[in-house]
Order: sequence, then C-alpha cells, then structure tokens
Amino acid sequence: MNARLLAGVATRITPTFDHHLALHGPLESRDDLIDELERAGLRGRGGAAFPTGAKLRAVAQTGGRPVVVANAVEGEPVSGKDRALLRVAPHLVLDGAVAASRVLGARDALVAIADRTGRERAIVEAAIAQRGRHDGRVKLRTAAVQHRFVAGEETALVRALGGRDAKPSLKPPYPFERGLDGAPTLVANAETLAHLALIARFGAAWFRSAGMAESPGTALATVGGAVAQPGVHEIELGTTLDRVLEQAGGATEQVQAILVGGYFGRWVSPANGRELRLTPDVLGAGAIVVLPAGVCAVAECARVLAYLADESAGQCGPCVHGLRAIADTMSAPGASDRRRRLEQLVGLVDGRGACRHPDGAAGFLRSALHVFAADFAAHAKRGRCNGRNVSVLPLPPRQRR
Amino acid sequence: MKALRVDPIACDGRGLCAELVPERIALDEWGFPIVDPSPLTPSLERHAERAVAACPMLALRLHWLDPKEGQTGRRPRRR
Repeated sequence: MNARLLAGVATRITPTFDHHLALHGPLESRDDLIDELERAGLRGRGGAAFPTGAKLRAVAQTGGRPVVVANAVEGEPVSGKDRALLRVAPHLVLDGAVAASRVLGARDALVAIADRTGRERAIVEAAIAQRGRHDGRVKLRTAAVQHRFVAGEETALVRALGGRDAKPSLKPPYPFERGLDGAPTLVANAETLAHLALIARFGAAWFRSAGMAESPGTALATVGGAVAQPGVHEIELGTTLDRVLEQAGGATEQVQAILVGGYFGRWVSPANGRELRLTPDVLGAGAIVVLPAGVCAVAECARVLAYLADESAGQCGPCVHGLRAIADTMSAPGASDRRRRLEQLVGLVDGRGACRHPDGAAGFLRSALHVFAADFAAHAKRGRCNGRNVSVLPLPPRQRR
Repeated sequence: MKALRVDPIACDGRGLCAELVPERIALDEWGFPIVDPSPLTPSLERHAERAVAACPMLALRLHWLDPKEGQTGRRPRRR
C-alpha cells in the first residue's frame, strides 16, 4: 500500500504550502463533492465512524450559513494521530476544511486543538499564514479548547468553542442542526478532512483502490506498547490486526492482549488478533496498544477505569456514580464477588449518559472481564496475580496513579 | 405510539417518576431512573403524562416513536 496522508512526509518536517501543492496538486472546487464522498464510502476517523457524506448532506439540508470545524482535540490519551497529522500535513487538513466549506457555503472554518497542544497550533497558524487566511470566501482560523477526554465529543466541542465548559449536551439537537452560535455546524475529525481533501482531488474510485469494499481507504493508527516501532502508522482498512502490528515492527515481547480503539475500545486476545479485521468501527479513533505478558492486566485496567471516572463530565448521574463505583471496585483488593459486581455495574452505566462516555468505559471493562478472566479469577482467589504492576497504558501526567 | 425518555443531564434523581409509572421506570442503586423505552399503552400514557408534569427538573419526556406521527417527534439517540 502506498501512503496517502503520510505520502512524501519526512518525519518531523512540516512541508511548506509549495511542497504540499507539488505533492498533491491544487484543490479544485467541485459541486458534486457530497455525492463523491458518498460514493467513496468515507467514514469518520474520530471514533464514531459515521458516514462523512451523510454528515455533510445533513448540514447542507439544515439551511442557513454553516460553520466547519476540524476536530483535532484528540482527548484520547492513547491517540496521537491527529496531532501527528497536523505536524506533517497541516495543509491537507486545511484543504479538507476549505473543500467542505466551499461545498456547504460556509465562510468560517476553524481547526480546534487542545490547549495543551501549543506546538501543533503554532504549526497550523503558520500554515494558514503561508496560504493566506482567506481562501476565496472561506476564512481559516484555529481555536484552543480545554484539554480533557470528553472535549472532543462533538457537542462538548461546540460548547467549548462557544466559550462555555467543554461538556456534552443532549442530542438532538445535533451540531448539524444547531451548533456553533446556533449555526448548522459540520464537526469532522481532522484526519477525516484530510481524506476528504484527497477525495476532492482524486475521486471516489481512487479512494476505493485501497482498503476493502465495505471499509475503503486508509486510516491513521497510533500503535503503542510492546512494538518495535511505536507511533503513527497509515494502514489499509480491512487489514488484520496482526498485519498492522507487523507494520509497527512486530511485538517486542510475548503478547498478553491488544487494546484496539483506545479507552473506548476493546481488548483482543493475540489469537483473535490474527482474524480481526480493522474496520472504522473496530478502530475507533485508531489507537492500538500491545500489552506484554507478565504485566498485571487488572491493575492496568483499574488505572484506566479510574481515569475514565475522573474524566466524566459530571453531568449524568449513572456516569458519575457508576464509573466511580467501577473504579472503586477495580481497586478494591480481590473481593471474591468482584466480577459479578463489575458485570452488574457495566449494565448500570451502558447507554445511560447523554454522551457515549459511560458506554465507552462499559465496553472497555466488558472486554477486559472476558479477555483477562483468568487474571480476575486469580485476584479473587489470592488477591493478586503473577503479573508485575507497571504502567504500559499511557495516561496524562495529572491522572497517573 | 409514544414512549418515555429521560434527559440524563437534567435528571438529578428525585425519583418521583418511578413512583408514578413503576410499569416503565425503575430506580438504580443511586436513585436514577432506568426507563423502559418500549411503547406506552393508552392507559399507561396517562400516567406517563402525569409523571412528565411532576418531574421537578423537567427531565422526563414523552416522545413519538415514529417522528412522522407528531410535530414534536424526535429521533431516538444514535447508538
């Protein structure tokens, strides 16, 4: 497979606008972009895997002057691909925002970046300065939002950009109906917009020449843990998890399990990794972590679940109380009924928030209870397993425990 | 047909709804409603309307299951 988003990219060098144009050619306006996106079958790369063409169509059909938001907030601690993309190909993301704005008639397009990510924001600002702040009628700018796990959720992002707390609101209304300053708002992941920029240039048939029929194209994956080449890799959708680990240089130690889809994803045993095909639904925001053998998986999951409890926006009762109860139960020393209690709590939080934060935590825990069943049993019986208590799964410094 | 739904952000777990429509609403261990989203029979709908009116946080909603049926219809939450 030839790299697309990462094509011609020399690591750690941000290309100039001239380089970008030499590499990809100019971005022409096309009125049939939404049809072309639907033909291409592009789905969002921010985690929800929603069809991008349908999203643009929904914004277009709402009426009124829309706003376009490139979502590069990337609150997921395991993921670094949107920031990496902004460092190496900021113009591709900006092209995507411009192309979407042109077809929707938007005049304002902004790139939303977490406030901790000052370097990427400076790179995007420099890129905007190179190409000119105004692209025809579209005005480009960047905006910083509070760095937190839920800040990238689309309604939370829209609120944060409006100057309020980065907390999700109940849907409907969706941002495409009523978003920033009440305008219909396209919130699209930064990587999604980069794919959109290439589809605008080369079309749906080209896009579909990589990947599989049901999940076409390529995707960025942040691969971490026990692999030889951790970092951001561009993968072909539909390939197996094993192939992707090979692409990341292969495992450096015996593998205990693989986390696919970040902290809203699920644990996969090495045996299942040979079969698992990475579609946008499975990949989520594209974060993959290889947990080596000999590490206490229960302790690892306890740390992550405590983090997810801390990162609840604090709005919905079942999320606030349920995630706290899960975190407390996980860190309690091997009570024998812990497993049953955790299963009960999974049922009590799943689907009961305004956003998918509790659902994400529930899916993570449910898969952990399945894949690490023997470890949970060892903890229940002896209060511990044979694994070392070291942290492989990354957490932001403040929450590291 | 109509069904009940709770706005989990507005809800702060007073629990009145579970007393008024126990057929469709139970409370979890923290006192927050677990709402059965299945369609309401006409007799239950009357109780549901009373519960909606009684909610001090205005967190309980009645909605049309088929948006085309009613003006106030809203799509169910995407999962």
